[in-house]
Amino acid sequence: MKMNLVQAINLALKQEMEKYPSVILLGEDIGKDGGVFRVTEGLWQQFGDDRVIDTPLAEVGIIGTSIGLAIAGMKPIAEVQFDGFSMSMLDQLYNHAGRMRKRSQGKWHVPLVFRVPHGGGIRALEHHSESLEAFFTHMPGIKVVTPSGPYNAKGLLISSIRDPDPVVFLEPKRVYRAIKEEVPEEEYTIPLNKAEVVQEGSDITVIAWGAMQKVVREAVAQSKYSVEIVDLLTLYPVDRKTLIDSVKKTGRCVVVQEAPRTCGYGAELVATINEKALLNLEAPVQRVTGYDVPVPLPKLENYYIPDATRINKAIENVMSF
Amino acid sequence: MKMEMFQILNEEGKIVNTRDMPKLTNDEIKAMYEYMVLSRAFDDVALKLQREGRMLTYASLLGQEASQIGSALAMHKEDWFAPSFRENGVFITLGFPMDALYQYWAGDERGMTIPEDMNALPVAVPVGTQIPHAVGLAWASKLQGKKSVAVVYFGDGATSKGDFHEGMNFAGVFKIPCIFICQNNQWAISVPRKRQSASDTLAEKAFSYGFEGVLVDGNDVFAVYKVTKDAADKARAGKGPTFIECYTYRMENHTTADDWKKYRDPAEVEMWKRKDPVERLRKYMESEGIWNENYEKGVWEKAKVKVAEAVKKFEAVEPPKPTDMFEDVYAELPEELEEQKKDFE
Repeated sequence: MKMNLVQAINLALKQEMEKYPSVILLGEDIGKDGGVFRVTEGLWQQFGDDRVIDTPLAEVGIIGTSIGLAIAGMKPIAEVQFDGFSMSMLDQLYNHAGRMRKRSQGKWHVPLVFRVPHGGGIRALEHHSESLEAFFTHMPGIKVVTPSGPYNAKGLLISSIRDPDPVVFLEPKRVYRAIKEEVPEEEYTIPLNKAEVVQEGSDITVIAWGAMQKVVREAVAQSKYSVEIVDLLTLYPVDRKTLIDSVKKTGRCVVVQEAPRTCGYGAELVATINEKALLNLEAPVQRVTGYDVPVPLPKLENYYIPDATRINKAIENVMSF
Repeated sequence: MKMEMFQILNEEGKIVNTRDMPKLTNDEIKAMYEYMVLSRAFDDVALKLQREGRMLTYASLLGQEASQIGSALAMHKEDWFAPSFRENGVFITLGFPMDALYQYWAGDERGMTIPEDMNALPVAVPVGTQIPHAVGLAWASKLQGKKSVAVVYFGDGATSKGDFHEGMNFAGVFKIPCIFICQNNQWAISVPRKRQSASDTLAEKAFSYGFEGVLVDGNDVFAVYKVTKDAADKARAGKGPTFIECYTYRMENHTTADDWKKYRDPAEVEMWKRKDPVERLRKYMESEGIWNENYEKGVWEKAKVKVAEAVKKFEAVEPPKPTDMFEDVYAELPEELEEQKKDFE
C-alpha cells in the first residue's frame, strides 16, 4: 500500500503493539489527539489509556520514567514533540539510558525507543527545527537511527523496538508527508547497522541521512556526473563498510548535513574516510552543512538548510579539484 | 502549613507513642540494632580505608542509620530499591555483599554487581536523577499487575531539582506505587536546608502533587519503619505514592573530599550527637531488658569481624582487565567498538 512516513510509523507502532503487550507509548498529546504530527493517530482508541499514555508536560519525566519502565520489562516508546525540546532529556539519556547496562554490570538494560521529530523545513516556531544527531551519537550505549522515507521508516522502527539497547529514532519531519512509497502491510525489519546505496554511480559519493536524502536525490537528478548516493539509515553504529567501499570506488565524496558544521556528525564521517580511504581520494572530502548559528526562523530558514545549489556547487568543487 | 513530626522513640529512648509502636519481637528489634551497628562499623572502616589510600571518595551515612535501616526493613524482597550515593546502610540491610560495596567505592565497577534476586538499581551519583526511574519501575509494577513497590532515596538537596518535581508529579497523576524517602540531613555539601526551599517542611510538598507527605523523626528507627511500612501497604493496596521526609543529620563530611568545619557550627553537630539513632535504640533496649554490656560487645565484635572479612575479600580481588571497559556497553559490541577494543589490545 502507498503511504507516507507518518502512516508508515503509525503502522509499525500499531503492529508492534498488537504483537507485544509490553509496548507502550508515552508523550504529550499522543492520546486522543494523536500527537502533534498525528503519528499516533487512532492508537489510543485501539489500545486505551494504559498503553497510549498522555503524560504531563514534562520531558525529563517522560524519558526518566521510561528508563524505569524499560528496566522493569516494559517497552516504552517515548515521544518528544520537537527536537529542540529534547535538550533537557540529554541528562537522562547520557547518564542513565546509555549507561545503565554498564552501571549495573549487565543486570539491567534500557530497551526504550525515543522518537524525535527531527530537523527543519516546516516553517515552524523557534526551537522546533533543530538537528541534534551529534548530541545523541556522542553518547556511549545509545543507538541512533534516522529513516529517510516511509519504507525504511517502518522496517527501522520495528528493528528499533525489538532492539535490547536504547534507540534514538530521528524522524525527518519535513518528509513526514512529502514522500509516498509502497510499504508492505506485513512486518519486516531493517538491520540497525546497514547503510543503503540508493543510487549507484562512479564519479562521486554523496553521503546524507534523514531529510537531506530527499534534497540530495533531487539535487543530483540532473547532474552531469555519475553520483553514488549513500543513505546511512543508522548513525550509530554506522555501516562504515558501505560508505568506505563507495568512497574507495568513486574516489570523491561530499557529506551533506543539516546541522551546524562544527563537531557535526559529518565531521566524524570525514575523519573515518580519512582513516580508511585517504589514499583512494582524488580530492578532499567536502561538507555541505548548516551554519554555526541558531537555526533561523522561517524567513531565513531556507538559506540555512543545505539545498540543491549548495550541494551541486560542492560536487563541482570536488570534481574539478 | 504546620506539620507534626511523627515520633515513637524519643531522644531518651522512651516510647512516646505507644499507639503507633509497631508490633516487633525482641529478635526483630535486636536485628534492627545489629544492622545499624553493622552499617556504622562498615562506614567507620570505609573512612579509615579512604584515609589510608585503600579506597576512594566515600559518602558516609553516619547519623542516618535509623532512616536507612528502618525503611529498608519495611521493604519486601521483590520491591525495587533506587539509591542515591549515601545508602550503604540500605544496601547492607537488603543483603548486598559488603565486600562488593567496598570494591565499588574503591573504583572497581564490578563491585556494583547486583545480586540475582535483588531488585536494586546501581548507585546514582547525579543528584535526584534516579527519582523518575523509580517512578517508572513502580509504574511497570502497576501496569503488569504486580504487588511490588519502588522505594527511592534522595536528600534534601534533590528536592530542588526538576527530576524530583517531574517524578513526584507523574507519581501523583498516575497513582504510582512509589515511596519517596527524602533523608533531610540538613546539608547539601555546604548549603543548608533553608537554602533549598522556603517551605516550612519538605514533606508538605507532597500535598501539592496530590498525595500524602509524612514528616518523621529520621533518627527514630521505629517511626521510620512504621511510616515506610504503612506507605508500602498503601501502595500495594493501589492507593498510590507517599513522600516521607526523614528529619535527620549528616554527622560526617559530605564525602571524604569535604571538610564540614568550613561551614558548620560545631555546636550544631554536638546538638545532633545527642539525638544519635543507635544510642537511642540502645537505651530503649536496655530499659526493656534486651541489652547489656555483653550483648553490646558481642554485636560490635561480630560486626567488626564481618567488616574485616569484607575488606580482606575485596582487597584480594584481582584488578579488572583493561578490556572490561568494553563490556556491557551494548548487548552486542558494535563493529566500531570491536575495532577500538582490538586497537587497545
